[in-house]
Amino acid sequence: MNDTSALVIFVAAVFTNNILLTYFLGMCSFLACSRRFETAIGLGAAVTFVLTSTTILNYGIYYGILVPEAPLCAMDLTHLQYIIFIAVIAAFVQLVEMIIERFSPRLYHALGIFLPLITVNCAILGVALFMVTFQFTLFQAVAFGFGGGVGWTLVIVLLTGLRQKMGYANLPAPFRGVAITMIVTGVMAMAYMGFAGMVSIQ
Amino acid sequence: MIYLASILVFGGLLVALAAFLVVAERFLLDYGVCQVSINTGERVLEIEGGQTLLEALNGREIYVPSACGGQGTCGYCKVTVSSGGGPVLPTERPLLDRKEIRAGVRLACRIKVRGDLEIRIPEEILNVQLYSAEVEHTRDLTYDTKEIRLRLLEPPAIEHRPGQYIQIQAPSPQGPVWRAYSISSPVYEPNAVELVVRLVPGGIASTYLHNLKEGDPVTFTGPFGEFRLNEDPETEIVCVAGGCGMAPVKNIIYSLCHRWPGRSCRLFFGCRTTRDIYYLDEFRELAKEHPNFRVVYALSEELEPEEPWDGETGFIHLAVDKYLEPGVKRQAFLCGPPVMIEAVQDVLAAKGLEPDDVFFDDFGLAAPPARVAGLVGAV
Repeated sequence: MNDTSALVIFVAAVFTNNILLTYFLGMCSFLACSRRFETAIGLGAAVTFVLTSTTILNYGIYYGILVPEAPLCAMDLTHLQYIIFIAVIAAFVQLVEMIIERFSPRLYHALGIFLPLITVNCAILGVALFMVTFQFTLFQAVAFGFGGGVGWTLVIVLLTGLRQKMGYANLPAPFRGVAITMIVTGVMAMAYMGFAGMVSIQ
Repeated sequence: MIYLASILVFGGLLVALAAFLVVAERFLLDYGVCQVSINTGERVLEIEGGQTLLEALNGREIYVPSACGGQGTCGYCKVTVSSGGGPVLPTERPLLDRKEIRAGVRLACRIKVRGDLEIRIPEEILNVQLYSAEVEHTRDLTYDTKEIRLRLLEPPAIEHRPGQYIQIQAPSPQGPVWRAYSISSPVYEPNAVELVVRLVPGGIASTYLHNLKEGDPVTFTGPFGEFRLNEDPETEIVCVAGGCGMAPVKNIIYSLCHRWPGRSCRLFFGCRTTRDIYYLDEFRELAKEHPNFRVVYALSEELEPEEPWDGETGFIHLAVDKYLEPGVKRQAFLCGPPVMIEAVQDVLAAKGLEPDDVFFDDFGLAAPPARVAGLVGAV
């Protein structure tokens, strides 16, 4: 068992163990949806919601069914964790898609293809697997999932701000578009290294 | 044992998730009843939300045409949405041009009814009806082309313009499909619809139509199509048809000779060999009665030795070039394979026709609005 406090885990997930800039997970939608502030916030909120909820669901399934000492099934089924985590995430994303389609058609159209792509957003599977590796309790796992989502949102919003500023910059042609975005992401990752050692979840 | 447990756990979980999603869909995607107002309130439909606009309209007997069955590939089901349609989807963009996007034209099969909508549909499509008919007679025109005449039962008459088409319902293992066929009978015979159908190997609709017997029931919707014959009797009408593209052209010629007996009009028909010739005797008969109507048939392949033939040889655009004197006010209707259309368009442009006066139908092989006369489009 991991005995770090949930608050520390939350702070760590946002800063020192940021899913995007420390683990480099969830990059594709991060790069693709960081052009407009509204889209970035919307996707960030969706990722946070999906991360927190799927962490709870996956925690329940992992410790309720898959591990050998689980109450529902006595066998060691942990080899199923990847496929089951992904299935749960996929179903949940479908649900979120329906909710967004119903209540915010504008966001639904703005996110377009990236909403279903949250399914294969590695950040989400990543957090579920870290939950297993770090041996979190339910409360810690929720803190980590929610923190991961907040951290992801924070970084994508930061990048969106930078990209919008860069719209006015006179960039050399070869750097325009994705190239400069990658460079900026790299610089941001280096800046995030400044948080290292502030808190630790190991 | 562990394999069995793995499969059971995974399978059970999937079933549970799927069931949960189905229930969620029932509750979340319930949009209630939405109002669809057509042509600024001329008709207001109350429609169950959640379905596509195309399904909703077809369900209310407004037959917006669609050849692909709502798959978003044919681009026939264009309607103008003035409010409530949301932004243009990436799946619609390839089938809409800039002008249409600015005007609010959308594909009815891509728009989901989520709230109240205001749409505009051309008056003509509102007049499209579902017809039930029975086969009056069928006749072999060539070895692979049949003339099929349908007598209308309910409603008993159809009002159409020359050059328009209908959509025939043909059964298929995946449910009924709709295919476009031009009306070849003239407009002054409103109680029947005649088609010229070439058998396409493996074609669903053409096989179905070729196998029909006298008295068989047929269902279709129509009329569709935007071609408008020039009403000015001084304007010469030039029709160029290739292969099985004769249907709309025959309708145009007969309707025109009936309404303006002295009006100048030209028919060019291109096919490969004497085996592919049809309707030639009928047109020669017509030309005797109407001296200002001239008909030219051309064969593109070499004649057999000693084969009698008094018409032209070579590709049809060469005949068009040979027989049309430049500088006459004309309107042209072309129907045939894309290669023929392209060649004839060049010839007509050289004869001084404006592109706006040249209407063409290339069986839908090049541009969407074309499958119109669809004749062989029936694949």
